[in-house]
Amino acid sequence: MELLVDIALLSMLVATAVSLILVRGLVASIMLTSIYGLLSASFFVTMDAVDVAFTEAAVGAGVSPLLLLMTVALVGRVEQQPRKRHIAFPLLLVTVTGVLLIVGTLDMPPFGSADAPALQHVAPRYLQQSGEEIGIPNVVTSVLASYRAYDTLGEVLVIFTAGIAVILVLMLPGRRGSVPDDAGRQRPRNVVVNVVSKILIPFMLLFALYVQFHGEYGPGGGFQAGVIFASGIILYGLLYGLPSVCRVIPPPVVEALAALGVLLYALTGVLALLDGRPFLDYSVLATDPVTAQYLGITAIELGVGVTVASVIITIFYAFAAHLSEAQR
Amino acid sequence: MLSHLPILPVLLPLLGAPICALLRKPVAAWLFACTVALLTFAAAIALLAQTWQQGVLSYALGGWAAPWGIEYRIDLLNGLVLTLVSGMASAVLLGGRASIWRETPEEKRSLFLVAFLLCLAGLQGIAATGDAFNLFVFLEISSLSTYALVATGRDRRALVAAYNYLIMGTIGATFILIGIGFIYMLTGTLNMMDLAQRLPALTESRTAFAGFVFIIVGVCLKLALFPLHLWLPGAYTHASSMVTVFLAATATKVALYVLIRFSFSVFRLEFSTLALPLETVFLTLGIVAVFAGSLVAIYQPDLKRGLAYSSVAQIGYMVIGVGVGTVIGLQAALVHLFNHALMKGALFMALAAVVYRVGDGKFSSLRGIGREMPLTCACMLLGGLSLIGVPGTAGFISKWYLVVAVADREQWVLVALILAGSLLTAVYIWRLVETVYLGVPGPRQVPDSPAGRAEAPPGLLAVSVVLALANVYFGFDTRLPVEAASGAAESLFAAGQP
Amino acid sequence: MDIASYFNYWIVIVLMMLGFYIVIARGNLVKKLIGLNIFQTSVFILYISAGKVSDGAAPILTEGVSVYSNPLPHVLILTAIVVGIATTAVGLALVARIHEAYGTVEESQILEQDNAC
Repeated sequence: MELLVDIALLSMLVATAVSLILVRGLVASIMLTSIYGLLSASFFVTMDAVDVAFTEAAVGAGVSPLLLLMTVALVGRVEQQPRKRHIAFPLLLVTVTGVLLIVGTLDMPPFGSADAPALQHVAPRYLQQSGEEIGIPNVVTSVLASYRAYDTLGEVLVIFTAGIAVILVLMLPGRRGSVPDDAGRQRPRNVVVNVVSKILIPFMLLFALYVQFHGEYGPGGGFQAGVIFASGIILYGLLYGLPSVCRVIPPPVVEALAALGVLLYALTGVLALLDGRPFLDYSVLATDPVTAQYLGITAIELGVGVTVASVIITIFYAFAAHLSEAQR
Repeated sequence: MLSHLPILPVLLPLLGAPICALLRKPVAAWLFACTVALLTFAAAIALLAQTWQQGVLSYALGGWAAPWGIEYRIDLLNGLVLTLVSGMASAVLLGGRASIWRETPEEKRSLFLVAFLLCLAGLQGIAATGDAFNLFVFLEISSLSTYALVATGRDRRALVAAYNYLIMGTIGATFILIGIGFIYMLTGTLNMMDLAQRLPALTESRTAFAGFVFIIVGVCLKLALFPLHLWLPGAYTHASSMVTVFLAATATKVALYVLIRFSFSVFRLEFSTLALPLETVFLTLGIVAVFAGSLVAIYQPDLKRGLAYSSVAQIGYMVIGVGVGTVIGLQAALVHLFNHALMKGALFMALAAVVYRVGDGKFSSLRGIGREMPLTCACMLLGGLSLIGVPGTAGFISKWYLVVAVADREQWVLVALILAGSLLTAVYIWRLVETVYLGVPGPRQVPDSPAGRAEAPPGLLAVSVVLALANVYFGFDTRLPVEAASGAAESLFAAGQP
Repeated sequence: MDIASYFNYWIVIVLMMLGFYIVIARGNLVKKLIGLNIFQTSVFILYISAGKVSDGAAPILTEGVSVYSNPLPHVLILTAIVVGIATTAVGLALVARIHEAYGTVEESQILEQDNAC
């Protein structure tokens, strides 16, 4: 049964990727990308990677198509037929890379094997001892937020960098963080969409909070929560226009929050330095080691959530401002 | 606090960037960024001194011992790269304000500085970490901020250059990710020391081979080794002046560090069956890079672009040093890594000062500028002489060690080619000298540039002078780069003893 | 060698190469980023497949379960997904600006305009 699902998902993934090559026209491509994201999220579930599936669904089928659609709204949906395109070189490059990859798999441990080297070294400790050392059931969260918390700090910094980069690239001349004025442009409103979304938004925000504080027990955590929270705000923005959402949450505040989230994470780590322990050692937070881990993980996950939500909202603002400028 | 020294050169800019983002006044952001860069530089120097005395320092992040947690493992090589990168960052920030202010609109200035600090944090993180995946994460921090910095250039071509760099850089990073994945599947670890202990048993494994090739190709994309250099000329030419100085002096150097770290510390190339073919590949690509880069540089109508191609050639020299595959060869590569940062730092810094006056870096705009900006052009001349490898400059030392290393392997053709490459460098530097000192000035584009003698703003001038003099100083007192490089090269080889 | 146990990996490699092909063969700047997305997502699938243990459970500690899939690739890929979307966002921002500056997002037309001046 598992094998059948596996084969079905993989064939659908291949079909989607092939259609992406064949199709011209960007909107269709974006829809296919989003399908690809959803299919790979499903595949991750069959591979026991529930946290990854959750994130991929939010990113691959949510945020990334949204940004792509906004870009296409700016640049047009036409993908031009090339006059004369050399496909020999790309084909050669792809073939060489592909062959090298296949060679690489030949001495790999077989798929699904339980005695693969990766399961003999490093990983067993996470599975066997994280229960005692960290005290939470979700091993992925334990590794992400404690054993390899420094990587996750790097990840938050990557997100923050992306936010800074997008503002820097898209900033309209002479207005950093100013609230766009109401051009009095009334968008056509669909009553059903309006009402349904309005009801949805509070639940989305509530669900974000649940995901934020539930990451220790099931799949979820700061990143997923941040994406969901941001989606709620973005939905509001799509319904009522950029000026209204900017009045509710002004851009300078969001930018500041993005920085504060990173600082919350990093300063949690600095607390350990002040006590002579290595950076990000949570043991200084409480006398009981497991409580200390719990406190540390909650604090840094909050930092992740705040930064992720703020950066995604910021990026949305930046693109939306260009859209309303272009429509003028 | 001394026991926390290994983390400080990364942590300071990492904390500084978000704080800087909260400062909205550009001048405040600039003062803050300078302070952060200087503190980082100080921490890096202290760390270098400490590794010099005590040898390798290990720092377990989060208090989790490696390989379960992430480890910082600082040896002389890490210390040298950390010092170089933070030193150049301090120089660019302290001296470059006038240039940044002129080339960046006011509302973008403070965010420009935030991106700069993020880039510094990313590069320092790469240079300090002992964990292969952590390296990938910090590589992306530095890359994303670099794309944004390149895109702030005034010309619209800066946007295209940034986009091309983003595509090629991301392909490179994804290749590195694939490679790390392969070696993780074989060994079960991500810690570099741990990998180094487990990989020698797997020399016959095709998966290890493929993993190594993917990592090397990915790193060479970032390093801009010919023929993977296509992103570099555009990015260097169209980025704003200070971004070019910083990238030319640091980004490719950090990539070379990663190449050396993976080839010698992680994969212990000298014991692998791969050693011979890889040496040949590095030597060939290196020498082709030297000639292709130099020849193209000669025909560029724009000095900034010419110097960018010259960087492609100089990367060739460093890779030749790596390809020689001996302790002296590696030492030569590392000495050149250090010295080239000084040369290109001086050249691009002085060029930035000229661009500040005349508006662009085209040869037609530079005619006769030597009489108007004698000091700046003298700095450029010194940088140029060092680039050629004239005795009495730092460049001579690098060339000397490289020639000795190649001669030691009795590859006389290669020696001749390296010397011929220097002659090509002399051709484009002579073109610069001819234009700057003997050319007749044409009409200027920038209206407010005063006639007669007018040096650049003091900050730019001072840093240009310091960097130019450093080229002379390290041409005579070679202790710091040579001893650090030889110590680093020896420990890289010693660590590989079975 | 058991072909079936590698089949999974080879399909994933085909996926990776389809994405990679779009990146290098297409001239539309948005489409290139889409290809990059597919390429990266497929690398994630490779990592996650390698962490799977037959008859294992998701790595959330539960009474009575002893075999779990490897959690470490999951952690790495969570980070890599974030890196991927960050790159896409910056790339798309650049594309939007390129369109404003050149009036097109086709590589060949941009090249023509640059060569013209």
